[in-house]
Amino acid sequence: MIRYVISRLVTAVVMVLLATLVVFLIANTVPGDPAMAALGDMQASDPVQVREFRAKWGLDLPLWEQYWMFLQRLAQGDLGISIASRRPVLDDIIDYAPATLELATIAFLLSLVIGLPLGIIAAVRRDSWIDHSARFISLVGVSAPTFWLAFIVLAIFYGWLDWAPGPGRLDPIAFPPERITGLLLIDTALIGDWETFHDALAHLVLPSIVLAASTLGLITRTTRAAMLDALNQDYVRVARAKGLLARVVVTGHALPNAMLPVVTLGGLAYANLLTGAVMTETVFSWPGLGRYTFRSAVAVDFPAIMAITAIVAAIFVLVNFLVDMSYAMLDPRVVKK
Amino acid sequence: MSAAAILLPRIASTRRRWLRRYGLATLGGAIVLAWVLAALLAPWVLPHDPTFVNVANRLKPPSATHWFGTDALGRDVLARVVYGARVSLSVGMVVVLIGALFGTLLGAIAAYARGWAEEALMRATDLVFCFPPIILAMAIAAALGIGTVNTVIAMLVVWWPKFARLARSLVITQRSLEYVEAAQSVGYGPAHILLRQIMPNAVGPLIVLVTLDLGQAILVFAGLSFLGLGVVPPTPEWGAMVAEGRELVQQWWVATFPGLAILTVVMGFNFVGDGIRDWLDPHARTR
Repeated sequence: MIRYVISRLVTAVVMVLLATLVVFLIANTVPGDPAMAALGDMQASDPVQVREFRAKWGLDLPLWEQYWMFLQRLAQGDLGISIASRRPVLDDIIDYAPATLELATIAFLLSLVIGLPLGIIAAVRRDSWIDHSARFISLVGVSAPTFWLAFIVLAIFYGWLDWAPGPGRLDPIAFPPERITGLLLIDTALIGDWETFHDALAHLVLPSIVLAASTLGLITRTTRAAMLDALNQDYVRVARAKGLLARVVVTGHALPNAMLPVVTLGGLAYANLLTGAVMTETVFSWPGLGRYTFRSAVAVDFPAIMAITAIVAAIFVLVNFLVDMSYAMLDPRVVKK
Repeated sequence: MSAAAILLPRIASTRRRWLRRYGLATLGGAIVLAWVLAALLAPWVLPHDPTFVNVANRLKPPSATHWFGTDALGRDVLARVVYGARVSLSVGMVVVLIGALFGTLLGAIAAYARGWAEEALMRATDLVFCFPPIILAMAIAAALGIGTVNTVIAMLVVWWPKFARLARSLVITQRSLEYVEAAQSVGYGPAHILLRQIMPNAVGPLIVLVTLDLGQAILVFAGLSFLGLGVVPPTPEWGAMVAEGRELVQQWWVATFPGLAILTVVMGFNFVGDGIRDWLDPHARTR
């Protein structure tokens, strides 16, 4: 078991490093030059200034040297200085990450709370109206483009009905709480600022619904398919024949066996949400990792791009790792070889 | 599944049963067909030109002359939506078919060859899976510059691994079966065995994935265009149109109709894919 864990960890680290190498190579075959992008037109036309800029950011060193420097700094926890914002990338990420973490977690919980029961009921009452509506809802959720859904939701509930507040994490006139964790809900609760808590919560509603829509579809479909599989098994037939309550058969016998694929896909979905939903964040002016990634990509901000890649790869690898570990808990057959 | 469902005979007619199981899939097929026809017949059927700018006519709501209204430059939204279908459908098909072909071949060969080839393939696909598709596509598209072709290339890079993985798992199931051993002992070469013996047995789930992915590819491409990385204006494309109409909450038609187009096309492909999957599923047949 220990050997398994260690070998997975080593593979994980190698994956992350390879990922950064790949992006480093891609970013360096870019026609876009960070020097040209960062300097103004006048400065960029002066070769001396460009050379100084490149020397300052180490852009004139050979590629492998640049990469080696990146790795060294990474080992020390230094993610480099963003060319675009002139701040350490780590600071930038610490600024933007909590917004995405808050949004992603709430959206994921929402999709779980609705999706799991819906999938289970759809499987138990197969081909009923609940089953059909559940399948329809999940298909719409999976098929609708996120950016469009965000626009529609905003237009209807904010523009037309005025039930929900507009884009952003807080009202423009609101006073943000002192930053403890960066997660607005927790920070405001910790200091007892319930008005701002309410405001932050209200602003979270629409974007989480949009983000939850596609994840909800995925979870409902997977749960339903897995439950259908489990309910068709012989052990369920035995359990029913024994006279157990339907509720016990479903939740105690079928459900745990159906959870495996749900956990896998759910984990992947959460990781996807965590790495920043660019579309939703753009439409809702959410200052999160997704927008930061996009802006760095467009500005060809090497340090930022590399750092984000490393983090994204690390998140995915970590989530995959946790999912694999949970297999051992959910299905004892995995551990016994 | 109540006790009644197990004990009582199924009284529903065969036709009704077929409708219940494959009704949605047929509907999806009809939707996809309608869009394909619309895309093909666009130049002849539409009254307006999608790129004709008429600023005096800008932002008019849906009316008899402009069924979907006009956008910020006075262009007919209906025409742009239908022409957008041409871009989206062709991009989707190119990305998925090439990605599927390449990925399946790679995965099948690696699985049959076993050894280091298979390991190398797994690591390569793992690497691509580390990145969420949008981020990698974004990075590549930002690297190569915007434009339809570059974005297609970027999408191809992220698209082939899932087919490789699927093909690999399917071939693994097949390669240890007896008919393969029999074919090998008779003297058939590996290429023949792989293509003529194994693949026909494995092709079902691949077809399901291709169908479902056609919708996914359209979604991703629209998303990239929405961010400004896909098509170059003034080419009409659904994602780009939503981006143009994003701020225009009052003029809702500019962003709503392209999005509805995406929604219906993707739903159509999803219905069809689900239907094919149900059709191939041996469990479902016995009920």
